[in-house]
Amino acid sequence: MRKLISIFLLSVMGFGIVITLQNIPFGADKARVSDYYVNKGVKETGAVNIVTAVVVNYRGFDTLGEIAVLFTGAIGLGAVLFGGKKPREKKPEPASLILRTGCKLLFPVILLFGIYVFTHGHLTPGGGFQGGAIIASAFLLIYLGGREMKFNKTAAKVTESFSGLIFVIMGLLGLTSGGYFLLNFLPKGTANTLFSAGIIPIIYIVIGLKVGSELAGIIENLIED
Amino acid sequence: MIFFIVFLVLLMLAGAIAACVFKDLINAVISLAFVSLIASILFYFLQAADVAMAEVSIGTALVTAIFVIAIRRTKRYEE
Repeated sequence: MRKLISIFLLSVMGFGIVITLQNIPFGADKARVSDYYVNKGVKETGAVNIVTAVVVNYRGFDTLGEIAVLFTGAIGLGAVLFGGKKPREKKPEPASLILRTGCKLLFPVILLFGIYVFTHGHLTPGGGFQGGAIIASAFLLIYLGGREMKFNKTAAKVTESFSGLIFVIMGLLGLTSGGYFLLNFLPKGTANTLFSAGIIPIIYIVIGLKVGSELAGIIENLIED
Repeated sequence: MIFFIVFLVLLMLAGAIAACVFKDLINAVISLAFVSLIASILFYFLQAADVAMAEVSIGTALVTAIFVIAIRRTKRYEE
């Protein structure tokens, strides 16, 4: 009986989905807003990478929400893991010489690449989130190959808080300069150069630092626990 | 070109099935990372380079590391 009911409900649901999808022509361009972004995005925001223009400029408030979600996740993880820390019975085995040397040599290079990705977010693919994740993976590498470098928790927390603060302050500055939250009030400059697109590079640098320190903090929390 | 993409999709399917079937959880996590890597290549072919970068750094590196740490705390083999 239960199976019959569930089959009946599933078929009703499938029928509804089929009826709905038949009204939408497959592959047709329904969203007019994308045309607007592609045609006017570079001129209005100064950012050559349209994805960045949408993420930071047109939908900047949503990005602030995403940052807040990540922050809440990191805090929740810290709260769950808090208190359960036992002193380690045995010291972890040291990694091999090759792994340790490789990690030490690769760490600054990966860090530099992460910084490049988020400072050039308005010119090339990539941005704050991607750069932050790359920076966090550099810290992961340090944990894999020996632990000679100590992860400075306080510095990570300070970086994270200050970058969040700067993001909100940039938004409020736009509000006070006679517009709306996150208005691009700085001069746009010429497109395709590093110092262009107004507040977009500043916000992406801030997002990169925040995401990087948060993800590195999560990794640190999980490994050290 | 289309054959290459079909080949990638088939590899991705194989990796996804392997991730479900493996009893050794470390192997399952590695297959999951493999699926994520091929997904990022496909994103690149679909001209979504931003998404591909996010996928390869988060899906392949960080998620795998978190899973491995979690498995180290519990049991490695599924009964």
